[in-house]
Amino acid sequence: MKYVDEFRERKLIMNLADQIRRSVTGEYTFMEVCGGHTAAIHRFGIPSLLPPGIRLISGPGCPVCVTAETYIDELIALSFISGVAVATFGDLMRIPGTAGSLSEARAEGADIRVVLSAYEALEIARSDHDLRVVFAAIGFETTAPGTAVTVLKADAEGRENFFILNAHKVMPPAMEEIIKGGSQIDGFICPGHVSVITGSSAFEFIPRKYKLASVITGFEPTDILSSILMLIRQVNNHNPAVEIQYNRAVTRTGNIKAQAYMNEAFEPCDAGWRGLGVIAAGGLRMRDKYKSFDAGASFNIEVAHNETETACICGDILRGIRTPDECILFASACTPHHPSGACMVSDEGACNTWYKYHLHE
Amino acid sequence: MSEKITLSHGSGGRQTHDLIRSVFAKHFGMQEPMTDSALLAVPSEMIAFTTDSYVVNPIFFPGGNIGRLAICGTVNDLAVSGADPAYIAASFIIEEGFEINDLDRIAASMADEADTAGVKIVTGDTKVVEKGHCDRIFITTTGVGILRNDHSHISYGAHIKAGDKLIINGPPGNHEVTIIASRKQLSFDVPLTSDCTSLNRMIKKVLEQSSGVHFMRDMTRGGLAGVLNELAGMTACGIMIEEALVPVEEPVRGLCEILGFDPLTLASEGRVIIAAAADEAEKILNIMRSDPAGRDSSVIGEITLEKPGRVIVNSSTGGRRFLDMPSGLLLPRIC
Repeated sequence: MKYVDEFRERKLIMNLADQIRRSVTGEYTFMEVCGGHTAAIHRFGIPSLLPPGIRLISGPGCPVCVTAETYIDELIALSFISGVAVATFGDLMRIPGTAGSLSEARAEGADIRVVLSAYEALEIARSDHDLRVVFAAIGFETTAPGTAVTVLKADAEGRENFFILNAHKVMPPAMEEIIKGGSQIDGFICPGHVSVITGSSAFEFIPRKYKLASVITGFEPTDILSSILMLIRQVNNHNPAVEIQYNRAVTRTGNIKAQAYMNEAFEPCDAGWRGLGVIAAGGLRMRDKYKSFDAGASFNIEVAHNETETACICGDILRGIRTPDECILFASACTPHHPSGACMVSDEGACNTWYKYHLHE
Repeated sequence: MSEKITLSHGSGGRQTHDLIRSVFAKHFGMQEPMTDSALLAVPSEMIAFTTDSYVVNPIFFPGGNIGRLAICGTVNDLAVSGADPAYIAASFIIEEGFEINDLDRIAASMADEADTAGVKIVTGDTKVVEKGHCDRIFITTTGVGILRNDHSHISYGAHIKAGDKLIINGPPGNHEVTIIASRKQLSFDVPLTSDCTSLNRMIKKVLEQSSGVHFMRDMTRGGLAGVLNELAGMTACGIMIEEALVPVEEPVRGLCEILGFDPLTLASEGRVIIAAAADEAEKILNIMRSDPAGRDSSVIGEITLEKPGRVIVNSSTGGRRFLDMPSGLLLPRIC
């Protein structure tokens, strides 16, 4: 397949793996922030190509993994209101809230529909004027512009039966939180798709303030291996910087138009991240002029705000402090078929990936 | 206005009888007088017996429809058990308002596929439910196949041993990707048709000419990953797959890249995986390739002593990974 096979060429991969082996002078720990990277790293068997001195740990970049349990509870409460349909990305369906998942709510008769975009949710609202449609707006800078454009469209057409339950988050403050929280890392495999929108400049504080290596990385095996090599060289040369390996998609300034849509609809706010707690400026909230589309403000829903007590260590895993196999629930009480924590549900979650590719290794 | 199914077509009265005669008996060739049960001659000590329900959405898709699928699926379940499919019962649940023309097309392609596979549709049932109580049409087919005693080990993989070669009869996933692309929601235009096919003639040739088949399974829901994990779990053997040898078609790879699916977990409706004794594998491969249903057959891996109970993939990029049983739901109602 054109533009894919070139980035998976075995000879190139072996060559990069060889260069990495020859560049290693000690121990290195790199965090891949993005869930898409976690999935790609394991799908292509990247760890089996690396020398033992390199440790890759997963960060907080799986959108469903960092979504608060109470957010799921709120969606479920909305979905049981007569005349309301909740439209959600499929990944959210099986995430456990404090009392069950959307999937279970649907089986009990709630109107919950799986969509592939915010725009598809708006189309449902357009096709049925008697239905009030609530879109579950989750994700980082990658999905937030799509939600923003849809809200602006709904506003332009004066739509009164479309809402979003907003839980959008932004990545750089979470990365800073992880550094300050004491994770022992030498550098970041910085998110690829987020950077397409934000540009590499959003990550420049990392080498400047914290002297950590940073490479914005694509999702193919040669991308990932090239980036690891670039990170090793930054560490070896004591020369931390933000380098763009994924330069076929990412620039320093990013997608200005998408940023403008995002800024029009949203403003920064403090936000609760599952496992990480409240992160200053870690989220986006709807600007006042679009408040009528905010399901949180338009529907009177109340859910108890007590997170469940569990032995699940998702929080430490998202911070890169511990790995999934250090959790006592892992692969026993918590499996992809019966997940206890969100990291086990999503295909991009660290526990799910470990379970799929590493179990019994 | 075209003729539609009404509740009275399921009443058991005159309209039911008329529908049975004008659609089902016409296509399936059932003999008058119609009795409550079909009486079957079975020249065997053992039979294979299976049932499956079909709820695919959309009901007509490139390369087939729900009726053809309902015959192929049940024929293949019998064939991969080592049996010779003989008789099929077909039961229909139809939503009020369904076009009789569409029902006729579905019944015609069921008859056509049954004829190709050499099975007889001998009995059936029709129910009609109120509008909104089912999605257009659901079909259940139940099949009986004649089983030779010396083929009864195949279902269980009882003769599996290290070194056995794993052979598939063509590229996996075409059915599921065709269904995904047929859903209006995604608006993808994919140059692909479903692989929906009866495999019993090809399998019969293999079983008649070789005693080296140690296991067979059709790769429906869960795809190659599902079948291989079941086999590994059932026999406690290890399985090694060479990803580069699995012949995935370009449109399937393309859609998988876009949507983040693994082709090894996608469903087919005319694909079988055979575990063959090492010294018979070449012969079995040639028999398969000589049949239209197996022209693109290839060896994709083997049974190993390494990592009992697990499936290992040597990825085409040079890395190694485990292949797990797929979990959750990629897409509902693909069959």
